[in-house]
Amino acid sequence: MPEAHSELSVSLWRGREDGRYQTYAVPRRENQTILDVVTFVQRHIDPTLSYRFACRVGVCGSCAMTVNGKPRWTCRTHVSKVVGKDTGGAQLEIGPLENLPVIKDLATDMAVFFAKWQDAKGVFAPSKTRHDPIEQISPASPARRAADAAIECINCGVCYAGCDTVRWNSDYLGPAALTRALTLVNDVRDGGNPARLQAIAATGGCHACHSHQSCQELCPQSLNPTAAIAALKRRTSAAYLKGELKR
Amino acid sequence: MNVRLYIWQRLTAALMAPLVLIHIAVIFYATHQGLSAADILSRTHGSVIWAAFYGIFVAAVAIHAAIGVRNIFSEWSPFKGRGLDVFVILFGMALAILGFRAIAALVLA
Repeated sequence: MPEAHSELSVSLWRGREDGRYQTYAVPRRENQTILDVVTFVQRHIDPTLSYRFACRVGVCGSCAMTVNGKPRWTCRTHVSKVVGKDTGGAQLEIGPLENLPVIKDLATDMAVFFAKWQDAKGVFAPSKTRHDPIEQISPASPARRAADAAIECINCGVCYAGCDTVRWNSDYLGPAALTRALTLVNDVRDGGNPARLQAIAATGGCHACHSHQSCQELCPQSLNPTAAIAALKRRTSAAYLKGELKR
Repeated sequence: MNVRLYIWQRLTAALMAPLVLIHIAVIFYATHQGLSAADILSRTHGSVIWAAFYGIFVAAVAIHAAIGVRNIFSEWSPFKGRGLDVFVILFGMALAILGFRAIAALVLA
C-alpha cells in the first residue's frame, strides 16, 4: 500500500537527436512496468509523447528503450527492478534506444537494424520445392540444436543498442542479424549458405565483433549472440581456409 | 576487419605468444647472468637459430600490429578506406625494416 502514495520522478527524452530530457511526476504503483510509466505520461500528462509498443507481454519486441542507461524491453521490466524497492523520490531516466536514429521522443527508426538482417542474408533460402517430401529433422541433432541460437529472438534491438562495436563501426551487422544468420547456417533445409557466409565474412561481418558480451548480458530472451558470433567466426574461417569463399 | 585479416591476426598472435615468452626468458637470463653487449653479440653472431627466431618474430609483429592499427583507426577515427590501407601497409613495412635491421646488427655484426 505505501507504494500507491509515492511518486516517481521520471525523465523522458523529448524531441529528436537534439532534444533533451524533461521530468514528470508519475504515481508509483505495485507491479508497475517501465512501459506503464511511459503510458501514464502519454495518457495523463502529455498526449504528444511518442513511443512504440504493441503486445505488452514481451513477444513483439517493439517497446525497447534506454532505461537508466541500459537498453531494456520496457513491458517486461518492472520499475522495482530498475530503481529498487525504495521508491521515495526514485529517479527514472528513459530515452530512445542508442545506435539508432531518433524519430521523435522514445521512438527510433529501426530501418537500419532490419536492413542489416537482410545484409546478413537472414532470410530463409528454400532448397526444395513443394513436391519434395518434408525434411525430417531430429530435435537432438547438433545442427538443429545450434539452430536454436536465434529462434527465440524477438527483434527488439536491445543487443544492437547495447553493442560497443555497432557504436564504433557503422558497417557492423550487429549481434541480432548475425545470430539470425547462425540459425540459418545450421538449418539443413536452407540453401543460401554460400552467399550468407560470404556476406558475414566481409568487412562489417562477424569478425568485427570484439566479444564484449554486452549483447549476451542485455538480451531479454537470455540468448547468447556472442557465442553465436564466435561460432560464425569459426565457420567462416574454415570456409575461407577451404577456399569456399571468394577472395 | 574481414575473414582474411582476422585469420592473419589470430595466426600471428598464436605465433607470437610463445615467442614473447622465450624473448622475456632470454632477457631475464641475459640480465641475471650479467652479460655485456659484447657477450650477447658474440653468441648471436652468425647464429641461424637466433636469426630465424627473431626473423619470424619481426614478421609476425609487423603483420599483427598493422592489422591492429588499421582496426583502431577505422573504429576510432574518420581515417578509413584506401588511404588507411596504404598507411598501415607502410606502417607494417616500417616495423619490418626496423626489426630486420636490428636482427642484421645482431647476427651479421
